[in-house]
Amino acid sequence: MNYAGDVAALLRKDLLLELRARETLPAMALFVIAALTVFHFALPAGSSDLAAQGLLWIAILFTALLGLSRAFVSEREQGVLDGLVLAPCDRSAIWLAKTLSVLSFLVIVEAIALPAFGLFFSAVSLRTVAAVALADVGLCTVGTLLAAMAVTSRTRELLLPLLFLPLALPIVVGGVGASVAEDGGRYLGFLAVYDLVFAIISWASFEYVVAE
Amino acid sequence: MIHARGLSRRFGRKRALDRVDLDLPEGGFLLVTGPNGSGKTTLLRLCAGLLVPTGGVLEVGAERGEIGFLGHDPLVYRGLTARENLELYGRLYRVPERRERSGMLLERFGLWEARNERVGSYSRGMLQRLSLCRALLHDPRLLLLDEPFNALDAAGAELLERELAERRATAIVATHDPDRVAHLATARLVLA
Repeated sequence: MNYAGDVAALLRKDLLLELRARETLPAMALFVIAALTVFHFALPAGSSDLAAQGLLWIAILFTALLGLSRAFVSEREQGVLDGLVLAPCDRSAIWLAKTLSVLSFLVIVEAIALPAFGLFFSAVSLRTVAAVALADVGLCTVGTLLAAMAVTSRTRELLLPLLFLPLALPIVVGGVGASVAEDGGRYLGFLAVYDLVFAIISWASFEYVVAE
Repeated sequence: MIHARGLSRRFGRKRALDRVDLDLPEGGFLLVTGPNGSGKTTLLRLCAGLLVPTGGVLEVGAERGEIGFLGHDPLVYRGLTARENLELYGRLYRVPERRERSGMLLERFGLWEARNERVGSYSRGMLQRLSLCRALLHDPRLLLLDEPFNALDAAGAELLERELAERRATAIVATHDPDRVAHLATARLVLA
């Protein structure tokens, strides 16, 4: 009960901060629309749908990275992470709340991006939507853990993509596979397993990431 | 409450704290002085568990949630109001009746009128007062205060002096202004 309450309080705080500052969500939305527009003009006429599907996943990946790079900005600015770490609550609650807040931003942005993709390229299948939903969970669970690791580093802007992109590669493979392969269900299963494994690893290891 | 032998901490090649011995019993008040860069902040962060020693032994008889820490950063969210910050901390630090306790501290530290303003609009002195409220919110057994008089006006400094005098918590206070709390100190540590 306490754990759920802690997560809810921390999540509420993140959403309230974003609602007031409007720094992350508009930037993510503008980025994904700009990226899809650039891809629209960069992709030669007559290119296949397969190529366009790949570009959708690139746009999602880098939009998530943008959100993750800002995930701990409010904690870093005033050293708040020290205050949270000293609290007697389970430290994984900090990770879970932050993961949920980044996930909510990503889902909102994708609610704009997927119709835009349909407008620029081709309609998005239900299987692609399911793959995007599963991929979001994986991107946010792993990404939030890595963002917490990077936040105390002076080279955080460099460190986060270097750590995140290799670990996100299986998500891209699974996402593209689910979108274009005939047996896409297999790839959806792969994404679900990835989500489960990395959610458990991230949840269990956050304690050690925030402790020095 | 705190026992240290040969306590050391390095940051790369830089030696921030070098072989410090320390014994502070429950209820003791340790005044730490020393020039800039002598390791006062490092000592407090080690005692809080925010840093791990690179040498020596450190035993602290207080757990997470029993420590009130005031550092150089205010440790509050700029986008939240003072009240929202304290209520969030109150929840995470398991403070019973956190709303009432937050209100009482905000009133005592002269922030009641500004309780619903976002912290980003606060002056440096108001931020320091709010940081003190945050550090005292859960009635900690161990107080670790790094330059607590920084940015406080005369009234704020007097308020803090009174608060420290009334409290029975074990405390380590690092300051460049030792005269303010010298009469409360049961031990002194001068770092070079």
